Amino acid sequence: MSFIIKNLPILIVITPLMFSLIVAVLTNNRIAWSLSTFASFLTMIFTILLSFEVSDRSNISYYLGNWPPPLGIEYVIDTISIIPIMIVSVIGLIATLFAHNFITLEIDKKLVSKTYSLWLLTIAGLIGLITTADAFNLFVFLEISSLSAVALVALGSKVDRKALVAGYNYLILGAVGATFYVIGVGLLYGVTGTLNMGDLAQKIPTLGLNKSVIVAFTFMMLGIMVKAAVFPLHIWLPNAYAYAPSPVSVLLAATATKVSIYILVRISYTIFGSSYEIYSFESLRYILLYLAILAMFAGTIMAIFEKDVKKLLAHSSVAQIGYIVLGISLATSPGIASSFIHLINHALIKAGLFMSIVAMGYYTLKRIDVKTIAGLGRQLPITFFSFVICALSLAGLPLTVGFISKLYLIKAAYMSEGIWLPFLILVSSALSLIYIWKLIEGLWYNEKSLKIEKIKELPEIYLPLLVITFLNIYFGIDAGLIIDNSFIASDALMSGIK
Amino acid sequence: MIDQIFGVWNYWIVFILMMIGLYIVISKKSLLKKIVGLAIFQTSVFLLYITFGKIAGGTAPILTKNIDEIYSNPLPHVLILTAIVVGVATTALGLALTVRINKAYGTINEDEISASDLVEYHKKYLEDNK
Repeated sequence: MSFIIKNLPILIVITPLMFSLIVAVLTNNRIAWSLSTFASFLTMIFTILLSFEVSDRSNISYYLGNWPPPLGIEYVIDTISIIPIMIVSVIGLIATLFAHNFITLEIDKKLVSKTYSLWLLTIAGLIGLITTADAFNLFVFLEISSLSAVALVALGSKVDRKALVAGYNYLILGAVGATFYVIGVGLLYGVTGTLNMGDLAQKIPTLGLNKSVIVAFTFMMLGIMVKAAVFPLHIWLPNAYAYAPSPVSVLLAATATKVSIYILVRISYTIFGSSYEIYSFESLRYILLYLAILAMFAGTIMAIFEKDVKKLLAHSSVAQIGYIVLGISLATSPGIASSFIHLINHALIKAGLFMSIVAMGYYTLKRIDVKTIAGLGRQLPITFFSFVICALSLAGLPLTVGFISKLYLIKAAYMSEGIWLPFLILVSSALSLIYIWKLIEGLWYNEKSLKIEKIKELPEIYLPLLVITFLNIYFGIDAGLIIDNSFIASDALMSGIK
Repeated sequence: MIDQIFGVWNYWIVFILMMIGLYIVISKKSLLKKIVGLAIFQTSVFLLYITFGKIAGGTAPILTKNIDEIYSNPLPHVLILTAIVVGVATTALGLALTVRINKAYGTINEDEISASDLVEYHKKYLEDNK
């Protein structure tokens, strides 16, 4: 047992990675699914054990192959990184439980086990991205997760050939972004001679005002902003999420961009936080702030005019990423805490929304249009119930998690920018009600347009769907756990700033 | 002046290759040419790393009897070995996708693909509103 505890930081990465190899050679689809569920369950157990280890605000530093940093690769689990790890492993398990019915429906029978292999590879890549404290190792995990995600997106081509083009664009933009990041890391390595994040944070201030460091910072931030789909670099996101196979949309929408945003935080506060004043990042943060405001409105307005439901949700993701980046750009402890809160809550909301919409699209087999799923809400009351809860949560109604994150975001925005910023946040939230209402109206009030008689609930998906719905309500009423941990994380981040 | 150009010759090459690659990725309509551009872009970064690692007059980092031997930093080379593998995987996946797109659309030109999608969309619209 103590052996497991000692090696937990690597186990959460290696478990899905190893199982993905085993799953790839299986031919029985049911066994492949069971094994992937087992793997993601195991990962979640390890994550929970790990969260107990860091609950006393200690840092776990794990040396890969016992090579001490800065030469060796170091994995760090602290109060900050445990939050996104928790998101990925919990949502990963829920999405895997949900995936079975839909993957066999939308993907060729022969490819199902390969799909699960890519699925686990994506989860492993995302968790690796969070745990690693080595700037170059981060690039490798960035590519592991995005290459497997691209392949997963392109698997949607059986339903719609546009998935191929969506995957291609995701690949090219993602690769350019990752290469930008590597240029930045290379420049930093050139001036400091180290790749370890903690070591970098110590060495960068000693250089004084250095041009290479400024260029490196710009390249790294731009590269990761492509991956995080910060407006206006979000262009790959709506198509990739809309044309991906349904369960893949659930997994990616809830986890992939969140992890990239976490890396954005890490770069700007952990690596460059110690040289915050030397480079007067105080003025730079306004670029992020205005981009976030633009994202809030652009995403929401695009969603209002969109007819394809999955694409609508993807556009709304762009707006929600805007809220999260807004919190980061405030550069205050409450601001970062509010973006961590929204990071968690948005993962819960989007996973629930995608799952319920996808479950309603089960019978259409083609694109899920506002028109084709009209009236299905009355046929599928339980799925519709989950959908409404998550949709209201997205708009930020009280007693749901969305309310908590909006509340803290508005509070933080008011404290640092005055009244105009909360006003803009409220306006864009109000606008988001338009597209939410469009969906609810279509699902409940409109006449059924689908010509299939037998429409029944799928009891197999009750477990993942209702768990997400329950979490959406539970954390809306008793948000102490999320809020406390977010504030601990943001305080830890801000303590590094000088 | 001459020193600024020829003294940092490698960096100029890196810079030129990088811009050529990025320009191809942005401007070309052919999906295949975009992948070529991406490969050039990535290769320029490899060269950047290798240039950092090289010390003028330094030998390979192998233990010799002469303790004061000047040797080049081996770490950038190792990093680039990893980056090359990643680059190959990216290119392979991109090419595979291009083949599939060619099968599905009959073309790999970006404009023709979006035109083909548009035609499909209008056909479906007309069918739905008959």
